[in-house]
Amino acid sequence: MTTGSVWEWIIKSVVIVFGLLTGFAYLTLLERKVLAKIQVRIGPNRAGPMGLFQPLADAIKLIFKEEIIPSRADKIIFVLAPIITVIPALIILGVLPFGGIITLFGRQISLSLADLNVGVLYITAIASISIYGIVLAGWSSNNKYAMLGGIRSSAQMISYELALGLSFIGPILLSGSMSLHDIVAAQKPLWFVVYQPVGALIFWIATLAEVNRAPFDMPEAEQELTAGYHTEYSGMKFALFFMAEYIKMIAVSAIAATLFFGGYRFVLEDQYPILGPVWLLGKVIVLLFGMIWVRATLPRIRYDRLMAFGWKFLFPLALANVFFTAIGIVLEKLWLIPLLTIAVFLGAVVMVGISETRRWRSHVF
Amino acid sequence: MTPLQIIFIIVAVITLFAAIKVVSSRNLVHAALWLILVLFGIAVFFVILSAGFFAAAQVVIYIGAIAILMIFTIMLTRRVARDSGAQHNSNWWAAAVLSLLLFTGLSWILSRWQGFQSTAQPMLESADPLRQLGEGLVAPGGYLIPFEVASILLVAALIGAITVAWERK
Amino acid sequence: MIPISWYLILAAALFSIGLFGVLSRKNAVAILMGVELMLNSVNINLIAFWRYLKPEVITGQAFAVIVIAVAAAEVAVGLALIISVYRRKNTIIAEDIDLLKL
Repeated sequence: MTTGSVWEWIIKSVVIVFGLLTGFAYLTLLERKVLAKIQVRIGPNRAGPMGLFQPLADAIKLIFKEEIIPSRADKIIFVLAPIITVIPALIILGVLPFGGIITLFGRQISLSLADLNVGVLYITAIASISIYGIVLAGWSSNNKYAMLGGIRSSAQMISYELALGLSFIGPILLSGSMSLHDIVAAQKPLWFVVYQPVGALIFWIATLAEVNRAPFDMPEAEQELTAGYHTEYSGMKFALFFMAEYIKMIAVSAIAATLFFGGYRFVLEDQYPILGPVWLLGKVIVLLFGMIWVRATLPRIRYDRLMAFGWKFLFPLALANVFFTAIGIVLEKLWLIPLLTIAVFLGAVVMVGISETRRWRSHVF
Repeated sequence: MTPLQIIFIIVAVITLFAAIKVVSSRNLVHAALWLILVLFGIAVFFVILSAGFFAAAQVVIYIGAIAILMIFTIMLTRRVARDSGAQHNSNWWAAAVLSLLLFTGLSWILSRWQGFQSTAQPMLESADPLRQLGEGLVAPGGYLIPFEVASILLVAALIGAITVAWERK
Repeated sequence: MIPISWYLILAAALFSIGLFGVLSRKNAVAILMGVELMLNSVNINLIAFWRYLKPEVITGQAFAVIVIAVAAAEVAVGLALIISVYRRKNTIIAEDIDLLKL
């Protein structure tokens, strides 16, 4: 290991972290703009041209707000919780390939930070740590609502982690590797979303629950829990929770793009490797738009329904997806996988529909 | 002293200190947090031992599932979690003596083993322990039956946990 | 290089601390935490022996996988029992759960 490669690592890490922080700032603006357009409003347009300085104004406001620590709170954990929430969100992209190898100043630079042979496991590991910040925030606030939000979120995230982990297995089986670089390389002719349509859908729904986005934003349901786990937080500490949520959105979109939508690969990428990050960014923006669209369209679902959906629908469906993917690979008929999984998915939807209608008819909720 | 040895000593000191806090801190949520630090330290040792898979599995299973379940239980039973009384029973000094005896005994027995100071051979470039482990766990001549028994055990534990914790209306 | 003795001593110390926790704690969840410490120290030993003695044979890692599975099963059942006991007796102090005592 030479000093040059150490500097290369440091520079790449700094670029990723600052990219995520800038992305967070402009994602909030994008979300408000898109929500406004969907609700036929104008949205933020005062600060700067087209409201482009709005994130800056928000940041200044939050920095200068008063920080309040409740008197009976567990002070150390109360201060640590927002930090514990942000760190996993920032480091989860460490194993993601952002592009191929480019030549810069006569030096071969690979556009990724690390290539772990257990890359997918690393992502699940970091995703499972990110529960702690929320649980600890809820517990340390010494507030009923915050506590309920924390307990809700831990139950919700553990439940959906099962479906999330199982949806990772499709790409792992198809590429025969847990390294994200190999997974991207294996999507050379066809994106995995073609073979794994149901897997991609499960991944997307489960990540919505993992990052506590609508319609699964139970832990912070304002009508029921005032603000959930961050009820007692203000100023910069609140901003950290806010930041973690949006950075996680970006991160899971990037992971979804890598696992199912060909990663940084797209037209002309082979000739011009510098286009890799651009294509990845484009795919991430499309997926983020989808998340915002879901938030604008779907109402929040009831908590018991959320758990029932996760355990009784999503989890068995993810298992069936893994099962049929393995069958398709063993029989060496990959085209069977989408047919079978979509058939199972439609069958499951019809069955749930029938049973729900029956329940509704008999008025037993 | 190589850099690896320095890292080992630092992580070992943190891990042991955290372990002592796990068994001694009065607030159970704090104890659970110290436990998480211990588990992280052990994950670092797995990385040093070039068992990356176990480091990731340690974080996913122990930190992501087991420790969070413990915190969950502490919160569900929280009237006792924050009680003011002593957290140790009256025989704690006997337990301390027994633990110290065990530690000295173990160290003494281990130090009599002739391979005690042996160091590791460098890993072969061609070796792929992850692939080896994966094949070993599903090969009929390897560990297929213990592995399947472990999975049956997990299913039994899952069903058992649901039955035991089920609240009958 | 790190000699294997360091790992063995560390694991022995962790095991002893875990044993102390199991024997001296009052709260049932804290007892389970002690058990976790002991199981983890065993895993350190298994992986260290695998790496130092026979890295080409996978036995140590296979045992560690099974230890992890057993630990997960143990925690799931143990915590379910604790919650069930808490519902009935409103306590999880191990000394107060004495239904079998005369």
